[in-house]
Amino acid sequence: MEGLSRRGLGRAALAAAITVPAAARGQTAPSGPPIRIGYSMSLSGGLAGNGRPALLAHRIWAEDINSRGGLLGRPVELVHYDDQSTGAQVPGIYTKLLDVDKVDLVISGYATAIIAPAMPVVMQRQMAFVSLFGTGVNADFKYDRYFSINPAGSQVKETFAKGFFDIAMAMDPKPRSVAILNLDSDFHQRTAESARFLAGQHKLRVVYDRAYPPSTVDFTPIIRAVQASRPDIVYVGSYPPDSAGLLRAANELRVNFQMFGGPMIGPHITAQKLQLGPILNNLVVWDVYAPEPTLQFPGMQTLLERYQPLAARENADALGHYVPPLAYAQMQVLEQAVKRVGRIDQAALAVDMHGNSFDTVIGPLRFDAQGEWVEERNLYTQYQGVQGNGIEQFRKAGTQVILYPPRYKSGELRKPYTAGL
Amino acid sequence: MDPNLVLLLNGIVSGLLLGGLYAAAAVGLSISFGMLDIVNIAHPAFMVLSALLVALLWSTTGLDPLLLSLLLAPVFWLLGAGLYSVYHHFFERRGDEAIQGLAFFFGVMFIIEVGLVLTLGPEQHFADAAYAATTWRLGEIDLPLRMLVPAATAMAAIGILALFLRRSFTGRAIAAVAQDREALRLLAINPTHIKRLAFGISIAFAALAGGALAVVQPMDAWSGHIFIGRVFAIVIMGGLSSLGGCVVAALAFGVVENVTATFFGPSWSPAVAFGCLLVVLAFRPQGLFGRMA
Repeated sequence: MEGLSRRGLGRAALAAAITVPAAARGQTAPSGPPIRIGYSMSLSGGLAGNGRPALLAHRIWAEDINSRGGLLGRPVELVHYDDQSTGAQVPGIYTKLLDVDKVDLVISGYATAIIAPAMPVVMQRQMAFVSLFGTGVNADFKYDRYFSINPAGSQVKETFAKGFFDIAMAMDPKPRSVAILNLDSDFHQRTAESARFLAGQHKLRVVYDRAYPPSTVDFTPIIRAVQASRPDIVYVGSYPPDSAGLLRAANELRVNFQMFGGPMIGPHITAQKLQLGPILNNLVVWDVYAPEPTLQFPGMQTLLERYQPLAARENADALGHYVPPLAYAQMQVLEQAVKRVGRIDQAALAVDMHGNSFDTVIGPLRFDAQGEWVEERNLYTQYQGVQGNGIEQFRKAGTQVILYPPRYKSGELRKPYTAGL
Repeated sequence: MDPNLVLLLNGIVSGLLLGGLYAAAAVGLSISFGMLDIVNIAHPAFMVLSALLVALLWSTTGLDPLLLSLLLAPVFWLLGAGLYSVYHHFFERRGDEAIQGLAFFFGVMFIIEVGLVLTLGPEQHFADAAYAATTWRLGEIDLPLRMLVPAATAMAAIGILALFLRRSFTGRAIAAVAQDREALRLLAINPTHIKRLAFGISIAFAALAGGALAVVQPMDAWSGHIFIGRVFAIVIMGGLSSLGGCVVAALAFGVVENVTATFFGPSWSPAVAFGCLLVVLAFRPQGLFGRMA
């Protein structure tokens, strides 16, 4: 556990005193007992690659708010435990946070597999709960104090793959067939279901529709079978390192599809961007953020500038384009609700979150009755003009252009996808 | 050529190449588990340790990942020999090697994984070999060097190991310790010394397998988990203490997985491959090339 108020707070306060501008120094220093925010976070295990960047973003937020006078004039303390990427650890962690640590507020760790096990404990204690990257978690619980920081929205089947298919159907000539390939996991089953639904809506022939198990090592036979089914477009749902394996296999088999991609989680991670390099060219990928001029909101650039040196020191994702913006927004939602309510009152916080919109580094947000975003924001982006394996090109606009939704569009689709050949 | 035949041939060839990686991963375990009767469940974790060290060294030196793993092998041999000494002192010597020994290697596995996360981070790491983006074509058959070179290197290393075990006095002593350690004492050979040497070799092979893994795919601290079931299945299917059997089983595993993935979908691959293991064990409980006790 790392409590900012114990060791870090002193350092943070000192750093703030040295670094914040004179105007900000005029803020009243936080005083009184800290507001403790508790959560589990995956700092080891398979989800740690995204859990650690999320924690860095939380720490940056905590430093920010403490340097601005704290929350309700009190310092903020983060109380978190490593869930080891194991859902079974999560109920115990939240029980301890609430019963022993007596935290004032709870948020979730990263991803559906960690959020869902926390729900029964959180619901029993009637805590307001802001989650991070959970897909459809509240569809079954229907908890009215749940709020999701995930752009997928509540109509996953109808909207998740909409961007991919809207882009595809705007091609000339229009595609007539689609291959659907997904990892056998909860998230990717949902996304593949959306692809099937939308393929039916667009009257596309599904020529390949298979899932692969998480233990897959060689993706060559899978891509070869997809190739043999001769689809016009290919929709893939995968996690790293599957994404790397699939794209490597696509390169080796010299694929040529009019459009290829989908929720391929992998190129979101900087190390994989650098490894794949030109293989990414013309790949259409679901994402949550891209450094394009159409998607710049107040605070985002500052966040990334503060995150990146910290990440370099702590061996976390170098660019931080994927999880950190949403993790920071998770805290901003909590902060704005507490400030508006003016006290720690779980019921009042939930009413506030349902009733108001939030200004965050990822743009304005509003929650629906299920706690999902009123306006889904599944971004479909395309890597273009990637040369070599340098990192600088991924910091710049134009390398990962936004194709969907139209309000954030920053480039035109390039086709076909040939895996860098 | 008939498209289905092309698919089948490519499925077999890619399966053989995948089998080469499996053989690299399993052969060290064949020594420790098959010959020395040490259930080293941490073997894939050592492989990943090597793979991540290779990635780290590659990023600073730019040397070929397989060459780097070869350079790491002596260090891993020392590591293995030291680990065996600890295992022998605290468990084997007391006759506690069955459950306690298994728990010991579980612990070693977790220590390696957590140590890797703390030192290198939970991120994926990779090492790009110069040939990794090249694919040879033989008519309709694709031979990606990303898979071919590690497979060929693994086969060469296994061949040298087989020669060592058959032709050298120490090699034959390693084979003998698997059968009757007391008989070895009659020849004035210290079986503990031989087992230490052999366990070091098994961990050195994990280092080589790590180099192969680094060429094939990016990896993180937990990448070894997907190999645990497979490598034990391969060693058992091939017949404990049979290097040849281990290689044949690894190649068969790769071919069955890839042909199944091609024609029936990847979800069926593990089920069919492990189903084959059950069938083999039903008819040959000692494995493909194992001898009845």
